[in-house]
Amino acid sequence: MRYKDLDPDRYSSVVIPGGFSFGDYLRAGSIAASTETMEMIKEMANQGKTVLGICNGFQILTESGLLKGALLPNLKMRFISKWVYVKVVRDDTRLTKNLPKKVLRMPIAHAEGRFVLEEEEARRLMVFQYSNEKGEVSEDYNPNGSVLNIAGIANEEGNVIGLMPHPERASFSLTSIDGNVDGLLLLRGLRW
Amino acid sequence: MYSVEVIVLNKEGIRDPEGEAIKKYMVDKVTDKVKEVRAGKYVLFKIDAGSEEEAMNIAKKVADEKRLYNPIVHKVEIRVRKDEDGGH
Repeated sequence: MRYKDLDPDRYSSVVIPGGFSFGDYLRAGSIAASTETMEMIKEMANQGKTVLGICNGFQILTESGLLKGALLPNLKMRFISKWVYVKVVRDDTRLTKNLPKKVLRMPIAHAEGRFVLEEEEARRLMVFQYSNEKGEVSEDYNPNGSVLNIAGIANEEGNVIGLMPHPERASFSLTSIDGNVDGLLLLRGLRW
Repeated sequence: MYSVEVIVLNKEGIRDPEGEAIKKYMVDKVTDKVKEVRAGKYVLFKIDAGSEEEAMNIAKKVADEKRLYNPIVHKVEIRVRKDEDGGH
């Protein structure tokens, strides 16, 4: 739906998708974060509803203050589009609590994905870390220079979640790189 | 009328790949005297205010309330000057 058409009372979850918003002027997600729709989404988050931000949606959540930290331009100053593995390190969030797998394969496609936050807090809030297929986390698998290889975080309560990888692009076996539907496993967490 | 410049830069210690690239591929080809280059965002406000202080406070209010900068990673500098012709 168009962002202006959101009726928060009708929904128990909201997904802010990827793409671009308002030309990403100033910084990715910053103008979208100032819309009245985001005020409604903050209200939904406060009511305990699930709020998921994917890619630009994650940037909007950090810019609006719903999630901690910031997403800065990739260290290599390039748009990166590729399939990556992420290790799931928190199982107390809406999306990850019943997840059957601990390592997921999904694509990333972004220029501003370098997650920055003070390390101690980042360690507590992180949900997904860039890794290899065995779930080993190292700088070799960090595509954009994020602190602690962070690909996604959640708030303390676990109902507001943001991540740079695109679960919706890893939800159909025909368009997935190897037939996996790891993204769909995550998105099933929206039914609660 | 006042011109108020809002300049947003990454904090010290937070890497700035744009500044690093400008230094490496442009500045360093001209001189070795430049030790660091930082790139940021520049936003210019033309503000109809009664004093420098008022103009500054208006820009600061916008910058803080609408998060023209993200305090976790950015520092902000605000400069004010009265427009020469005093008019519009």
